Amino acid sequence: MRRDIFQAIADPTRRAILVLIAVQAMTPNAIAEHFDITRQSISKHLRILSECDLLNQKQDGREIFYELKIDKMKEIDIWLGQFRKIMEERFQQLDQLLYTIKNKKK
Amino acid sequence: MNLLFDFTVDKATNTIHITREFAADLDLVWDAFTKAEMLDQWTAPKPWRVRTKEMDFREGGRWLYAMITPERTHWSLAEFTEIKPKTSFSSRNTFSDENGNHITDAFSLTKNSFKAGTETTTVHIEKKFDKLSTLEMMVAGGYKEGMAAGLSNLDEYFSTLVASK
Repeated sequence: MRRDIFQAIADPTRRAILVLIAVQAMTPNAIAEHFDITRQSISKHLRILSECDLLNQKQDGREIFYELKIDKMKEIDIWLGQFRKIMEERFQQLDQLLYTIKNKKK
Repeated sequence: MNLLFDFTVDKATNTIHITREFAADLDLVWDAFTKAEMLDQWTAPKPWRVRTKEMDFREGGRWLYAMITPERTHWSLAEFTEIKPKTSFSSRNTFSDENGNHITDAFSLTKNSFKAGTETTTVHIEKKFDKLSTLEMMVAGGYKEGMAAGLSNLDEYFSTLVASK
């Protein structure tokens, strides 16, 4: 199954995993040590990231290492897109709040 | 009403410019950006919540607030550097612990400027990041303290990639 890259970065845990493996290839256990969530949840996130075609897998003995396919990331542009979206949503919330306050005054 | 929204990025200076129009008068929009009880109602991306712990809106004062996610609470700090009432204010933004102690060297500088129109108020936000990886951290909401070190590594990694192109 192929997924959209925005599905990968929609989740804060997956964003954090991407940051970790951008620095160095890591085993699932090493990744899991950075989070308070279960090993199963980490596996699920890694599967989704794989389906987004963001991961390279390397076998070293019995261990599998995951690393980031950096060319797929389009680097900072994705974070910028996400930031823009967050700001748009915040401002829509403010629109709603201003609308509510103005109606109360009437 | 069709409200202006403009978002541009200057990668050379790590600066984001946002211009947004709001359908309210200057006094109300100013309050929405500077009063805790209003900020708490709109600044969190859903499903997160923002709760103010301290707000001291004056030059040299600070806003200490929690970004509350289902998994954990991230503390953020805005230190006000310059305030021109109903015109503009500037702050230095970073992540902190619950007492407002800095937990990272990463920061951004924000200037919010306000301009009254006939029926709307236009806000211009200029946000300058110390480095691009800080933006990523702000977007991701910040994680454990240890992530900051990883992020500076990532910044170096990206600069290596750019240099090797």
